Amino acid sequence: MPAVTETIETVQSVTEGGYKWGFTTDIETEFAPKGLNEDIIRFISRKKEEPEWLLEWRLKAFAIWQKMEEPRWAAVRYPPINYQDAYYYAAPKTKAKPKSLDEVDPELLRTYEKLGIPLREQAILAGVEGAGEVPAEGRAPVAVDAVFDSVSVATTFKERLEKEGIIFCSISEAVQKHPELVRQYLGSVVPQGDNFFAALNSAVFTDGSFVYIPKGVRCPMELSTYFRINAKSTGQFERTLIIADAGSYVSYLEGCTAPMRDEHQLHAAVVELIALEDATIKYSTVQNWYPGDAEGRGGIYNFVTKRGLCRGARSKISWTQVETGSAITWKYPSCILQGDESVGEFYSVAITNNRQQADTGTKMFHIGRNTRSTIVSKGISAGRGQNTYRGLVRISPKAHGARNFTQCDSLLIGNECGAHTVPYIENRCLTAKVEHEATTSRIAEDQLFYCRQRGLSEEEAVGLIVNGFCREVLKELPMEFAVEAQKLLAISLEGSVG
Amino acid sequence: MSIMLQIEGLRAAVEGREILRGIDLTVPKGEVHAIMGPNGSGKSTLAYVLAGREGYEVTAGRVTFEGQDLLAMEPEQRAAAGVFLAFQYPVELPGVGNANFLRTALNAQRRARGEPELDAMQFLKEARARMKLLGMPEEMLKRGVNVGFSGGEKKRNEVLQMALLSPRLAILDETDSGLDIDALKIVADGVNALRGPEFSALVITHYQRLLNHIVPDRVHVLVGGRIIRSGGPELALELEQRGYGQVAA
Ligand SMILES: Nc1ncnc2c1ncn2[C@@H]1O[C@H](COP(=O)(O)OP(=O)(O)O)[C@@H](O)[C@H]1O
Ligand SMILES: [Mg+2]
Repeated sequence: MPAVTETIETVQSVTEGGYKWGFTTDIETEFAPKGLNEDIIRFISRKKEEPEWLLEWRLKAFAIWQKMEEPRWAAVRYPPINYQDAYYYAAPKTKAKPKSLDEVDPELLRTYEKLGIPLREQAILAGVEGAGEVPAEGRAPVAVDAVFDSVSVATTFKERLEKEGIIFCSISEAVQKHPELVRQYLGSVVPQGDNFFAALNSAVFTDGSFVYIPKGVRCPMELSTYFRINAKSTGQFERTLIIADAGSYVSYLEGCTAPMRDEHQLHAAVVELIALEDATIKYSTVQNWYPGDAEGRGGIYNFVTKRGLCRGARSKISWTQVETGSAITWKYPSCILQGDESVGEFYSVAITNNRQQADTGTKMFHIGRNTRSTIVSKGISAGRGQNTYRGLVRISPKAHGARNFTQCDSLLIGNECGAHTVPYIENRCLTAKVEHEATTSRIAEDQLFYCRQRGLSEEEAVGLIVNGFCREVLKELPMEFAVEAQKLLAISLEGSVG
Repeated sequence: MSIMLQIEGLRAAVEGREILRGIDLTVPKGEVHAIMGPNGSGKSTLAYVLAGREGYEVTAGRVTFEGQDLLAMEPEQRAAAGVFLAFQYPVELPGVGNANFLRTALNAQRRARGEPELDAMQFLKEARARMKLLGMPEEMLKRGVNVGFSGGEKKRNEVLQMALLSPRLAILDETDSGLDIDALKIVADGVNALRGPEFSALVITHYQRLLNHIVPDRVHVLVGGRIIRSGGPELALELEQRGYGQVAA
């Protein structure tokens, strides 16, 4: 209930209908030279003081990538990307670790403030020594990692988590401090040559988050990463690796924003999740990269590979995503259900407005017995937005008793947008059961009029109806994120009616 | 006697076809007027025109609401000014909770009028009190707006919304159709509870029986987009006994 009020307040406060995260931060940035070649990869690896095996791993990925073709099967259109005309390494120049907030680059702090990160956490993000190990009053603690352009700036609540044996740090730090874990799991779910963008990421990834939850530990707080692309002409290639050991639980949140720029910027992340026996990983994303302007100038190309492996029996991986941003979204968070009785879930809301394009969905690979998967996809198209759900449910011959339920609903606002549903089902097991439901609807004139007759403006009415349409997905989000997501939905659709 | 609603020479067309063909009607403050007429005579069209629905094109005439030019206002402005329409066919809003919808609507109106908004607790208190008065189960607040409601529940939900929004002018479009006697009484109680010197209502109905419970000050007979006769409450009885054809003659 309060969330919707907030939605409305937000709609009213955002008067220009603009992208309010569209500021840039003026910070001295260190770049590697433009372009992509082995030397750049060596440069990145050296900058990060990586062990030899990782450099070799990157170079192998680069070699694979050079032989690959950019995929063209998705229902998205964009001009060819010149991969030599981008920076692959950009990092805020840092001096020694600041002792207090006063020593932190004020521009960086202002950025966090604009992103809505509470001040005390800002201090931690800026790397102030010993800042805040106590949660702020009245809110559930959220441990935050922030990735600014290519580099993880800082991670909060580290000590508190360490007490439980939980590792939550940047992947660069993990490479240094927990090389055995990284080496064991990196690329184990998304191998270097998995696809064009994953290969590119494997060659040049610069940072991202690393999480390890030990056996039997229930992570006491939400873990969260904010990704922010700031520098011009940079790609962002973060790499996230989450391992939930037997019987553990973790809920992880990811938020993303970028400045408004009239050029396109590439974001090609890889996320790998591994859930061992009886472990649960809940991964939530609120993706709000800059979508470009109404004419389709600028905006992020979001080409992301996310995959989870339910390795152990009764393990569970649940993806929830709210995709409101980016000029183009190409993203299929997937689950490999290897362990018997393991569970995969995918809850998605994808909005396309103006000239945005989204081709998103999931893949569920049923391998173990009695594995179950649920897919709920809500696509909303407005303006000239194009929204495609593309999903694959594959059931292997040995996955006896496997179950899948898929529900794809599309909502259209206006007459120039499009919604497409492309479900692939490959069932090779007689005892498995696959169900698929799909609907397409429009926000009806009578619904809008009914709301307006009760006093809601047209935009409030659209916000309310859209939030209602997405309810099944939004309720999967952790509380604080759900509020943010509702606001985003309303803002993303501004100007889509009337 | 000050006037709540004044309609003068109102003509309106839907899809190029004229439906309202010159309506004159004055509703003083504090009065309840009934509009009766056969199917297709333009009763709902009149209600929609007053509420500002798109596609209902006013081709002539004027309407003032408490002295303001009603036709110049957006639907939500009319709502905030105090015009409430209980729909003949209430609309479903899947996934939108009834309580949430009501509070959003109430606060939108309060904001438009420069009044402070109600927080969730204040709203619930208010809502519960009204529901108790109307003998409605609180459980209705938790459900989706009209989703899976029976016809009678939808109508009762309209009355609940009316009770919470406390309009100055309520237009009830066949809210009594298809209701049993208990539900009918809820509708009547809802209207009667609002009755007072600053409240007026247009009660559109087919049947005289609702008017046993909401006794109107005036009754108008709408046929073919025109008001062909007006009178006191006894006119409703006459209609019931003799039919529209006779009354028109
Ligand atoms: N949206 C519409 N499109 C086309 N014709 C309409 C529409 N609404 C009403 N009409 C026509 O207008 C006339 C009056 O309808 P209405 O106002 O609904 O009558 P009543 O409510 O008295 O039964 C009818 O002939 C009906 O067919
Ligand atoms: Mg009617």
